[in-house]
Amino acid sequence: MRDTALKSVHASLGARIVPFSGWNMPVQYRGILDEARVVRGKAGLFDLGHMGRVRVRGPEAEAFLQKLQTNDASQILPGRIRYAMILNEQGITQDDILVYREPADWASKGKEFFVVINAGNAARDLEIMHRVAKGFDVRVEDQTEALGMIAIQGPLSQQITQRLTDADLASLKYYAWTRGTICGATMEISRTGYTGEDGFEIYTPQHLTTKVWDAFFASGRQDGLEPIGLGARDTLRHEAGMPLYGHEIDETTNPLEAGLDWAVKFTHDFVGRQALEVLQQNGGTGRKLVGITTVSKRCPRQGYEIHADGKRIGQVCSGNISPTLETNIATAYVRNEFAAPGTQLTFLVKDKHEPCTVTSLPFYKRSR
Amino acid sequence: MRPNDRSYLKSHEWCKIDGDVATIGISDYAVSHLSDLVFLDLPNKGTNVTAGESFGEIESVKAVSDIYSPVSGDVLEVNKDLPDNLEWLSEDPFGKAWMLKVRVSGKSADLMSGTAYDAHCAAEG
Repeated sequence: MRDTALKSVHASLGARIVPFSGWNMPVQYRGILDEARVVRGKAGLFDLGHMGRVRVRGPEAEAFLQKLQTNDASQILPGRIRYAMILNEQGITQDDILVYREPADWASKGKEFFVVINAGNAARDLEIMHRVAKGFDVRVEDQTEALGMIAIQGPLSQQITQRLTDADLASLKYYAWTRGTICGATMEISRTGYTGEDGFEIYTPQHLTTKVWDAFFASGRQDGLEPIGLGARDTLRHEAGMPLYGHEIDETTNPLEAGLDWAVKFTHDFVGRQALEVLQQNGGTGRKLVGITTVSKRCPRQGYEIHADGKRIGQVCSGNISPTLETNIATAYVRNEFAAPGTQLTFLVKDKHEPCTVTSLPFYKRSR
Repeated sequence: MRPNDRSYLKSHEWCKIDGDVATIGISDYAVSHLSDLVFLDLPNKGTNVTAGESFGEIESVKAVSDIYSPVSGDVLEVNKDLPDNLEWLSEDPFGKAWMLKVRVSGKSADLMSGTAYDAHCAAEG
């Protein structure tokens, strides 16, 4: 198990630490539901030291990314960020990632990239990246050790973060990134996150990670900023309809049935493209990812069966108690004919059927 | 120090035996590690429970856990207000938040004293 730079900080905050994707991570500090509410109402701070952080350098960085992932890297403007997937040749999802193109005024003149990958898939992703890189004049540099990663999420994120940096955050667009000075050092700031709220992710030189964390609290305590664990992070991303690898997407799903076709661009030749095209010609897999809500006291959990007319027609990917919607929510794969919003289904808890309703995703969308 | 007037299972249930009636619940350790409780399912009066086997489920924000019986026997009484007052489990896990009273016909071989259970919890962290 690996520890992040903030290990002792979490201990002093009384966090409950659990193993997650090879890392010891805080799952909660005070309570998952309270923490989720703080992020929706004010702002919360997250240690994301476990996420994989990779530089893609060299003259053929863009061509390499076109092969590696599903989105069209040539269409990412300098300083902007896109969501994408890495597939295998069979079109099956290996990971979901964020692709950052450097701003035009950096040394690369916007020709080099940064990629953020999931901790649980980092080893496999790096293996794939190094394999694909052999065909290109490109360098793949794992910077997970060199950089710390902290996220601030919630409606008060901008005012709290702006007190720490000279970067003009008001002009930083959603899914864009920039450099700014924090704690006297230059670091990278992106307007991204995994909660459905406004917020920023900070990539700091690793030796400053604790200092940056403390600076956020010095600035944000007056606004009610609190530390948030992975438990609430999961609740928040689920409410916002964002997939989690190992749940909505995994080694058995493709991005089309997961409703992620908007991140797959058939304008370029990526690994898995042919398989997806064949699949599309054959009418897909016959199933679709949907949202589920229930009036039942029971929460549909990962692996629970979904039934219609006495037959099994699907399975739950993730289930959560939603503090924002004040109901139980789930995502599930169901056969296409049962995927329309409003369709009445049941989920099976042990041997008992509980009622549930198909609903459109996301469950929650912030007002802007 | 947890009450020494009762016995405990490693899976964090307690039972207090008076005559041939056992009162059953879960410990403060279980409650604090489950956190954010949302649902409790208990058996009906008259149900037969078996030592070492699940008699109910408790659901927290992120997971569902089985509750195991320290004893075998018929359920004489159920704390039927508890599922609607889950905060009692945090406030008073060894008192007001009892779950079942069971007419004891057998006991788990794995029951331990409060002192031994304290050590077990300390080892689990």
